[in-house]
Amino acid sequence: MKRIYLDHASSMPVDPRVLEFAKPYLTKKMGNPSSLHSVGLGAKQAVEDARKKITKFINAENEKSIIFTGSATEANNLAIRGTALRNIARGKTVTASAIEHISVLNSMKNLQKNGFIFNVIPVDSTGIVDPGKLDSLMTKNTVVTSIMYANNEIGTIEPIKKISEIVHDKGIYLHVDATAAAGRIPVDVQNDGIDLLTFSSNDLYGPQGAGALYIKPGVKLQPVLLGGGQERGLRSGTENIFAIAGMGEAAGIIQNEMTQESNRLKKIRNKLIDEILQIDETYLTGHPTKRLPHHASFRFSHIEGESILLNMDMYNIQIATGSACSSKTLEPSHVLLAIGLKHEEAHGSMVITLGRSNTLEEIPLITKAVTETVQRLRKLSPLYQKGGD
Amino acid sequence: MAGVGYSKKVMEHFMNPRNVGVIENPDGYGKVGNPICGDVMEIFIKVKDDIITDIKFRTFGCGSAIATSSMVTELTKGMHVDEAMKITRNDVADELDGLPPQKMHCSNLAADALHDAIKDYKNKKRSKILEVE
Ligand code: FES
Repeated sequence: MKRIYLDHASSMPVDPRVLEFAKPYLTKKMGNPSSLHSVGLGAKQAVEDARKKITKFINAENEKSIIFTGSATEANNLAIRGTALRNIARGKTVTASAIEHISVLNSMKNLQKNGFIFNVIPVDSTGIVDPGKLDSLMTKNTVVTSIMYANNEIGTIEPIKKISEIVHDKGIYLHVDATAAAGRIPVDVQNDGIDLLTFSSNDLYGPQGAGALYIKPGVKLQPVLLGGGQERGLRSGTENIFAIAGMGEAAGIIQNEMTQESNRLKKIRNKLIDEILQIDETYLTGHPTKRLPHHASFRFSHIEGESILLNMDMYNIQIATGSACSSKTLEPSHVLLAIGLKHEEAHGSMVITLGRSNTLEEIPLITKAVTETVQRLRKLSPLYQKGGD
Repeated sequence: MAGVGYSKKVMEHFMNPRNVGVIENPDGYGKVGNPICGDVMEIFIKVKDDIITDIKFRTFGCGSAIATSSMVTELTKGMHVDEAMKITRNDVADELDGLPPQKMHCSNLAADALHDAIKDYKNKKRSKILEVE
């Protein structure tokens, strides 16, 4: 059975062109950018070239505004903890939307131990941040607010430009986690009015092991990792030049191909949504139109997500779920609860994220697998009455 | 194979669960909810001379919950109710070649539903005897 991989939000293959470009940095061109000899200088050059490409990718003011990290999680930690702790004189409140990535939420929760107040901004049933609540929950003591560009579990795209105006009206820093959005839709930090932006290499078809944080010129933060003072002192630790060089190359390629690829994926995605919603008691989660082009997410009544995942894997189709049973904590996804789903509704969730490997020809296979999976599991379920035998 | 850490046997029972369904007018019925993740399981039994002659289940839950329900029905079909009462979650997990630690709680569900069904049977039997007397 041919594999149909529909979980690009979890992990993406490295673009072969990127691998070709970056491979020498693992072998011949290895080197520590901090070394002063010629091999070290070569490595340093690779990092600076990547920084240039990343600067262009998000339309940053200059190359100095890009800090490479080891992951998006690390960039989120640095953005939030680094900004809040450095600017403690401005106040001791931080805010984030209820659907942020766990690395954002946990960074903010951790700040509570330093005496910070953490306010959570609710979202509506489609996952859009409530601008009124945003306005009312930020006080003059708020230092930094974190709102994601788009959500990885429900695909909803936030009105970042509008949010930026509200946040900046109060003189607060806006951090935006664009891990899910970057590479899928254009991100322009200057036009969108963003102070801090997180994104990762792998989500651009680059190697794992690199992330980046954009820091608007003038925004001050302190490091989270201490050591040899790499990356302007904000991220100590020897640079992963293979991943960083790859990330730069990946960003350049994806930027050139984005419009075409997202139109292609949108077509597949829309067809998939139409087909899957034919199944009874099946609902789309997230926003119907303000949604990432590669993203489709659903919930099926009366069945559980881990079972869906396992069953789909038998067709060699890989999907994701936010069900309680599938999580380490046995809690349902905080995103699904934040959009108002009940515990048992969140149970039957399925997330599909498309990528370059997917084609229109796969649609009938996917639809068949989903339909059969849902039917089979519903037959097993004591909650499902209709259509039972 | 899917990476939850399930044994081959768990996956086999998940994909081909035994004794799925409902028994009309069962001699015993047990239904339990999993307080940890919110899942539901029900077991129906037919009993003759204290031997479980037929058993069926339905489960709303994860792969492990479905496999353990299936296994518990397979283990206890043909068994004396007093023997079946002694089946523990560990027995079920062992028969499935083990469960990942975070999934052990799902096997409670299967054992509990079975025990509830047997208790229900015994209660019904007792009230019948009382009626006769
Ligand atoms: S039934 Fe929820 S984790 Fe097994």
